[in-house]
Amino acid sequence: MAEQLNSVGIDVGTSTTQLIFSRLTVENRATAYSVPDMQISGREVIYRSPISFTPLLSETRLDAPGIREIVAREYRNAGVRPADIATGAIIITGETARKENARAVLEELKTFAGEFVVATAGPDLESVLAAKGAGAEAYARQTGKPILHMDIGGGTSNLALIEGGKITQTGCLNVGGRLIRTGNGAITYVSPVLRSLCALRAGMPVELTALENVVQQLVHALESAAGRNALPVPESLLTNRLISLPPGQIIPSFSGGVADLIDHSPADDFAYGDIGVLLGRAIRKSALCAGQYLLGRETIRATVIGAGCHSTQLSGSTVFARNVAFPLQNLPVICLTEQEQNAPAAALHRRIHVLRQRWETGPAAIFLPGLLSPSYDALLDLAQRLAKILPELPAPRVIVTGTDMAKALGQALATQVTGPLLCLDGLSLPEESFLDVAAPVSGGVAYPVVIKSLVLQ
Amino acid sequence: MNQEELKTLVAQMLREMSPAAEPQVKGSEYRPTAPVPQASAASSGESLPDITEIDLRKQYLVENPADGPAFRRLKEKTPARLGVGRAGPRYKTITQLRFRADHAAAQDSVFTQIGPEFAKENGLIPVKTCCESREQYLTRPDLGRKFDEENSAIIQKHLPKHAKVQLIIGDGLSSAAILANGMDCAKAIAQGLQAQGLEAGPILYVENARVGAGDYVGDLTGCQVVCILVGERPGLVTAESMSAYITYEPHTGIPESKRTVVSNIHRQGTPAVEAGAHIAQLLTKILQAKASGVDLLRGEAS
Repeated sequence: MAEQLNSVGIDVGTSTTQLIFSRLTVENRATAYSVPDMQISGREVIYRSPISFTPLLSETRLDAPGIREIVAREYRNAGVRPADIATGAIIITGETARKENARAVLEELKTFAGEFVVATAGPDLESVLAAKGAGAEAYARQTGKPILHMDIGGGTSNLALIEGGKITQTGCLNVGGRLIRTGNGAITYVSPVLRSLCALRAGMPVELTALENVVQQLVHALESAAGRNALPVPESLLTNRLISLPPGQIIPSFSGGVADLIDHSPADDFAYGDIGVLLGRAIRKSALCAGQYLLGRETIRATVIGAGCHSTQLSGSTVFARNVAFPLQNLPVICLTEQEQNAPAAALHRRIHVLRQRWETGPAAIFLPGLLSPSYDALLDLAQRLAKILPELPAPRVIVTGTDMAKALGQALATQVTGPLLCLDGLSLPEESFLDVAAPVSGGVAYPVVIKSLVLQ
Repeated sequence: MNQEELKTLVAQMLREMSPAAEPQVKGSEYRPTAPVPQASAASSGESLPDITEIDLRKQYLVENPADGPAFRRLKEKTPARLGVGRAGPRYKTITQLRFRADHAAAQDSVFTQIGPEFAKENGLIPVKTCCESREQYLTRPDLGRKFDEENSAIIQKHLPKHAKVQLIIGDGLSSAAILANGMDCAKAIAQGLQAQGLEAGPILYVENARVGAGDYVGDLTGCQVVCILVGERPGLVTAESMSAYITYEPHTGIPESKRTVVSNIHRQGTPAVEAGAHIAQLLTKILQAKASGVDLLRGEAS
């Protein structure tokens, strides 16, 4: 009995705004005589929007009505109503996330796009979505080969290291095809991140050698991030951090708009009014492409497809919910370690206090690693300790465990804690993340969730 | 081809298979390839390491693999004995020993009786089916579904009449499964029922039980739903797998298709407490739908 969820992915990037609709298939993989095991078994893209330039009012402000109009047009073109959308993500990426009104734009799009469409930004999540959307993760899973995926967009390059078929690290560089823009033989824009690296400024005439010099510095940064040279990466090109690479051969993999320009270089060096063509060509000649390299199954659309197809996960299939109104959005996560889980009262007091300082009031999600096949007494003991502290948090109280125990824990808590209560398992919530939970699938068996690495402040 | 020709042909094949240059190994020249252990643990008074403690998903024995980490990742997904390497054409000693140890554990859990303390310590009501011995239990499934007058009287005296849910724990074919999971699961079921406003009531413990023993209890008490936790026939992966068989309006002779089953309850499958929580919800659903087994699924589909 397969169930289908319509999902949307919207990517408002440094240079382009894109949208896709996809259909996620949710199926019970377990036999009829065991506990259910719901999984997302299929992800099919059913509509791809054309690629529009992201409308800007100025270098620091997004054109909110303009972006909204693009999204509204694509909903119309695809014949999709916001009410048909069960899940999905809007992601503001690259330099766009640094614009003054980014948060306001996200919030506005979110209310328009569908009931459970999450708004998010942040290079970590973006790297994960791009690597999945490009198909690099699937390739790594099938072959077991270590891969460094680079999604090279307009303003940033999102890095993801995939080892043993799993994304193990992410990083981000300020390397992109639209850091410098050109028009009518002149430079029209130079990103602030390049100020310390070159003397080029807007208004100067286009001079190929000078631009190639800058591009070479960008390529050196990429090579360095992939362990192909030992040059230090300039501070200004580092968005958050580099990946610490494991020893041995790692295959570079590319997506993003610039990836299309690696193997095919147009005759016009400034075909797109930026340095993308030069960057693509320089990457092809660099140490990155000296040996085996991969181009994503998706290139310019990798991130938006990641947002539409891979942002949603399913919880475990034995969970507990009482009187919770869905969707739940932007719950800050309080992570407890295995040790803290044994004495959650003290640790929770401390964490809740820290959280209060940053997030004022509002519900949170408590993440515990969980107990592996616990005895009933151990379960009850944990529930009793949690029950003492849970009333300090506003409802709904949300507890997420790594191991398979949420339904039993929920039932144990239900008799001790009043009010709305949700217990999910089979998920791993990192520190500093935020949780969104949609209405359940299959009549309450499992819950679609989105784990976000950052919410714009 | 006559016999003489055949002989010549075979002789020729044998010659080709074993090059004449290879000398025969005499018994006196034989050297074992593995180093001889210095002193055996048994003689020094220490106990031997328990090889059944080794997690088979983590044990990878192939020497000089082309891609060991990739194989290990595959192994994480299955308890099957993959990547065990070989010694000549045979298993390695540790593989052979582990196989025999697991087989012995399976046999033990079939033949071991749980003993009266289990019911006593956990406040269960102990009864026996009509089987007089474990051997009879194994050969006469029909007797494992019935109670004699004495045991029937105990059931009628201690269990409530027309209970909504009657919980039973039966040893079934694995005492190890019940000792490992029985009470944790039963307590989680009781708590789950309580959270839904239902009372679990006293729990029956049945020695030498088949699933059908629950039907007989249905005859005796008129309970609406019976849920029997029973040890499953052990395999080589685990001897601790338990199942729950849930039957709406149980009575002797009820078709097997009327049962809802939750199987694979053990440490490496569905944890006992989580299965218990699931079963509690399933029991509520069955009471509401007034159906179990295929009837329940049919009701859901329509």
